[in-house]
Amino acid sequence: MSASTLRIALVGNPNCGKTALFNQLTGGRQKVANYAGVTIERKEGRFIAPSGRVLQILDLPGTYSFDANSPDEQVTRDVLEGNYPGELVPDLIVCVADATNLRLHLRFVLEVKRLGRPVVLALNMMDAARRRGIVIDVPELQRRLGIPVVETIAVKRGGAAALVQRVDGEIPVAAPAMADDAVSHANLHAQVREILGATVTMPRQTAAMDDALDRWTLHPVFGLLILAVVMFLVFQAVYAAGKPMTDLIGDGFGWLGDHAAASLPVGPIKSLIVDGLFGGLGTVIGFLPEILVLFFFILLLEESGYLPRAAFLLDRLMMSVGLTGRSFIPLLSSFACAIPGIMGTRTIQDPRDRLATILVAPLMTCSARLPVYALLIGAFIPMHHVFGIFNLQGLVLFALYAVGILGAMAVGWVIKRIHRDKSEHALLMELPSYRLPKPRDIAIGLWERCSIFLKRLTGVILALTIIMWAISTFPSPPAGATGPAIDYSLAGYLGHYLQYIFAPLGFNWQISLSLIPAFAARETAVAALATVYAVGGDANTLGLAHALAGNFSVASALSLMVWFAFAPQCMSTLAIIRRETHSWRNVAISFGYMFALAYVASLVTYQIARHFA
Amino acid sequence: MRLSDLPKGASAVVDRVDDAHMADPIAQRLRDLGFVDGEPVRVVAIGPMGADPLLIQIGSTRFALRRKEAARVTVREQAA
Repeated sequence: MSASTLRIALVGNPNCGKTALFNQLTGGRQKVANYAGVTIERKEGRFIAPSGRVLQILDLPGTYSFDANSPDEQVTRDVLEGNYPGELVPDLIVCVADATNLRLHLRFVLEVKRLGRPVVLALNMMDAARRRGIVIDVPELQRRLGIPVVETIAVKRGGAAALVQRVDGEIPVAAPAMADDAVSHANLHAQVREILGATVTMPRQTAAMDDALDRWTLHPVFGLLILAVVMFLVFQAVYAAGKPMTDLIGDGFGWLGDHAAASLPVGPIKSLIVDGLFGGLGTVIGFLPEILVLFFFILLLEESGYLPRAAFLLDRLMMSVGLTGRSFIPLLSSFACAIPGIMGTRTIQDPRDRLATILVAPLMTCSARLPVYALLIGAFIPMHHVFGIFNLQGLVLFALYAVGILGAMAVGWVIKRIHRDKSEHALLMELPSYRLPKPRDIAIGLWERCSIFLKRLTGVILALTIIMWAISTFPSPPAGATGPAIDYSLAGYLGHYLQYIFAPLGFNWQISLSLIPAFAARETAVAALATVYAVGGDANTLGLAHALAGNFSVASALSLMVWFAFAPQCMSTLAIIRRETHSWRNVAISFGYMFALAYVASLVTYQIARHFA
Repeated sequence: MRLSDLPKGASAVVDRVDDAHMADPIAQRLRDLGFVDGEPVRVVAIGPMGADPLLIQIGSTRFALRRKEAARVTVREQAA
């Protein structure tokens, strides 16, 4: 097998169309994982060449140079040199360069060539180059570089045929490896200039369309306006398209649960399957449509080249609170759900900026908080008008969103202050040409995210959901008990103990208890309160609102809302933080700071509100 | 003259990139990206808040640089 398998590594600058080429070559046959010990994505795919040989392709992270400032570049270099533990040295390196941007990309080609490994250069985006009237003398380029050069159009069917033919043939002879000293390093640019002068003619430096679009999208006023409109449309779409699907899935699992309930004997097994399995799984999978719709638009914006423009416009604002322009989209996603938001931080290369973004993302008001806010606001906040036009209930809801954003800004600022690493972290961000996104690349991107979510997360969430179910079911109430069953369970005991901790915040034992299931998923707090106040099904929120209003004070309600704004509640978020950062320490930090923040904020809210009430 | 001193729309030629401190990785990265002697640059756009960051055109590529990053690049006037 190994004799007929050829290992190929794809390398190139960011934005050279490398991933589109990878998708073109391997289609859906991709394996996405991480490199051992780091969070850098490792993508591998394979296909069978016309000769019958299996070509195994590794898509390495986009790299500007081998100076290895970033972990990505270190991994790329180590893999190419065969120094990465657990990775076999590639038989052939395919270096991808954007034909419209050779001045930047050729320099890296020269660097790769100096490794002394067999290299083929793929001149990608030849279609765009031709449209712009760029003429490249390929035979001369090949002669001067001393490596085989093929033309590719990654976004066109069959656009990689020449590359496949070349790599399927004889492996080219490697250029001799060269020492990596500073002098020869500085010479690279001179070499690039010389090669370009002899082989490439360009009518103009930039695409006319990029110039025209950037005049609007980067305009200090219109640019921000366009950004606001784009974001508004994305969120409308998430709610318009994602929410009905989410409800449908929830209903579907409810229906399955009911049917299972009808055919199962009464007992703990039935309860486990109906409440634990179908209920829990339904909640988790119910997130999926909204996540997919959101990711669809993020991929669309990413592939089109708009995302870096948004980051450009907002960088200054984000930097003042210890984040970066690139944090904007992940944080915005977190308003729907922190899980896709945290997954979206992969677009932030700088590890420190990425971690800061991950830590503040859960403070954005996600959609799961809304049912709780709606219940409490409806029960405790009177419907009167302020200044004639504002509705007090609406104002409170707005304040809760604002409190989340302000909290995130404060936390970002504090992280910046206490971080030991005071070194400057660069923006240095390339704004690529605008491109029409290709359905195949979007589909593959979506499939990747979807499978990560289902495979890695479902196991964790399912396990925790079953634990939650178990502690709120066992031990069962004694014969002749009158109170709700949960009161006699382990969770009930925990609720009473938790009350000692939460009493200063104005929480009675019922609220304290509802915080336990809320840790699985925030919105379940509503159902849990309904259970303990024994007002029947959770659909009966009006009855629940009455029961709540009769049982605790406005000060407690305000305190509870503030708690929900800050508390480390959703275990799915903690699970994704663990997955994305490979560190339990970061999970502990998130949980710890949010718990402290929520406790202090609720305490202050309750004590102040009590004096006014 | 520094790259960060140029107004929007202005063109210049790169002279050199200075390290802000010993073994400055940002300066090294700027050199790798093509900010080397004789390379023409242009300020294409300026960020809406605090006139930061700057969008710099170098060759066929556009890079967003914060002012502090752009201040490492010394430029001279374009040869007429």
